[in-house]
Amino acid sequence: MVKRRKLFESVIQFLIRLCGYSAVLFVAAIFIFLLQAGLPALFETSPASLFGQRWYPIENMFGLLPLIYGSFIVTIGAAVISIPFGIATAVFIAEVAPRWMREVLKPFVEILAGLPSVVLGFLGFLVLAPLIRTTLNLPTGLTAFTGSILLAAMALPTIVSVAEDALDSVPKSYRDGALALGATKWQTIWRVTLPAARSGVLTAVMLGIGRAIGETMAVMMVTGNAPQIRWDGLFFPARTMTATIAAEMGEVPGGSTHYHMLFLVAILLFLISFLVNIIASSMLFRAKKRAERMLS
Amino acid sequence: MRRVLRWFPVFLCLAISACSLSHSPSSTANKIIINRGSDTMVNLALAWAEAYAGVQPSVSISVSGGGSGTGITALTDKTIQIANASRAMKQEEIETAQANGVDPKEFTVAGDAIAVIVHPDNPVDHLTLQQVSDIFSGKINNWDGVGGENRPIVRVSRETNSGTHVFFLESVIRLGRKDDKSIFSADTLLLPSSEGITSEVGQNRNAIGYDGLGYITPAVKMLTLAADPAGPYVGPSKETALDGTYPIARDLYMYTDGEPTGWVKEYLDWILSAEGQAIVAKLGFVPIV
Repeated sequence: MVKRRKLFESVIQFLIRLCGYSAVLFVAAIFIFLLQAGLPALFETSPASLFGQRWYPIENMFGLLPLIYGSFIVTIGAAVISIPFGIATAVFIAEVAPRWMREVLKPFVEILAGLPSVVLGFLGFLVLAPLIRTTLNLPTGLTAFTGSILLAAMALPTIVSVAEDALDSVPKSYRDGALALGATKWQTIWRVTLPAARSGVLTAVMLGIGRAIGETMAVMMVTGNAPQIRWDGLFFPARTMTATIAAEMGEVPGGSTHYHMLFLVAILLFLISFLVNIIASSMLFRAKKRAERMLS
Repeated sequence: MRRVLRWFPVFLCLAISACSLSHSPSSTANKIIINRGSDTMVNLALAWAEAYAGVQPSVSISVSGGGSGTGITALTDKTIQIANASRAMKQEEIETAQANGVDPKEFTVAGDAIAVIVHPDNPVDHLTLQQVSDIFSGKINNWDGVGGENRPIVRVSRETNSGTHVFFLESVIRLGRKDDKSIFSADTLLLPSSEGITSEVGQNRNAIGYDGLGYITPAVKMLTLAADPAGPYVGPSKETALDGTYPIARDLYMYTDGEPTGWVKEYLDWILSAEGQAIVAKLGFVPIV
């Protein structure tokens, strides 16, 4: 009986371990596949083409800079909008709102996270884009800025929900201490609670930005997809890396230069989101160590 | 939980690819025709497939879009029986197909006129092909350059995988000249669907776009065009496309792997019959007989 239980135990352990390892295995397999499909592009095109200003696959123009610029500007725009707004919402929910409001607000924010991006994109195309064109008096409403607003709406729930959890886990004694020393509520939030939850809030921001970089459908529908670099690019059409892959992957003949180029773009995307994730988790890690130090 | 969710797409991809692998050979067992390609033709192909269900109920036809390039790639990969294309196959595509053991056979199934469209309130109502070319290649950037208001021009196009895009590039922007290497201006909006084009042009007074005649809605205005500045300026319609007076008309194609046989041949014969061509006319395209 005991023996049997031990056997059972080891089988379960093995299975769980397998699940754990499989995550690493999948990432590695995907990366190897990407490298295999994408690296040939470097040998098939000249560096002059890769660093060119134009992405136009029909004429074998594979300039990556406009795509990187497009993703960059849309993501930065989304971050600038969603970070202050998200953190402020999290602070309100965690620190200011009464209990009943908090119980209503939090689930609603999380429902927002469940909205399919196509639905948001559709709304963006039909409602937001014309609004932006008329209010800002732009030639067209299908701009990087429109994409930024939609991405901000998509990143917000992640930022709010993770940041709120972080704020919530700050011990009550910190706040009590601050208040007892005569700090106002605002001073407590700004000088005590937020700094104490800093690592969690930073993780929230990183996860939100990670979501924004990888988003495709909504962006493809509202940014106009014109691959161009210009200093005032935020208010003009832009083409992101994700939209390029989504729009063009269906048509390319397997094994062509264009096919390899799209995988090269995918490698770039993979590296960027990998970097964002590493930064986010290293922040968490460092914070944990610091907390341990403080306790000892 | 988040970890699991993150991997869900991977499993989904695996599941889908497993399904599609097991899918392709089964077409010989039942009378199935998989028909994919041109987004311009997808409504037409659907209408044909629906009507054909009444003619030959034993044949089931599945129709999907994605763009002419998508259909040709799928035919080359032998995953479909009929590819729809709103442009003729390029030489290199034919070579790729032949290298894969596929011998593409071309059928002209309908005609189409490409309408150049603007917002209904735009005072410009006619252009020469040269002006359209200069607008889309970025040489003219303001409507006052072609006798309109002082407004910036916003160019709207389909994505590069669209046969309409390639046709427009070759026969309007380059005016059919083989040695001409001009391309769309970099700030051209590349929208993923025909609906996107008509809705952006219908809302935005600065916009100019183009699309197949079958997709034009009353929300936009079609321009009359002339190859020669002296005129005559002709608007797009079935009649002007058929008699050749409208300058940007084209053929729509279906491709099969080798000479079609069995129910695929019967289907194509039916499409080319008077009954099939009546559907072409009903959807705003140009019948070929």
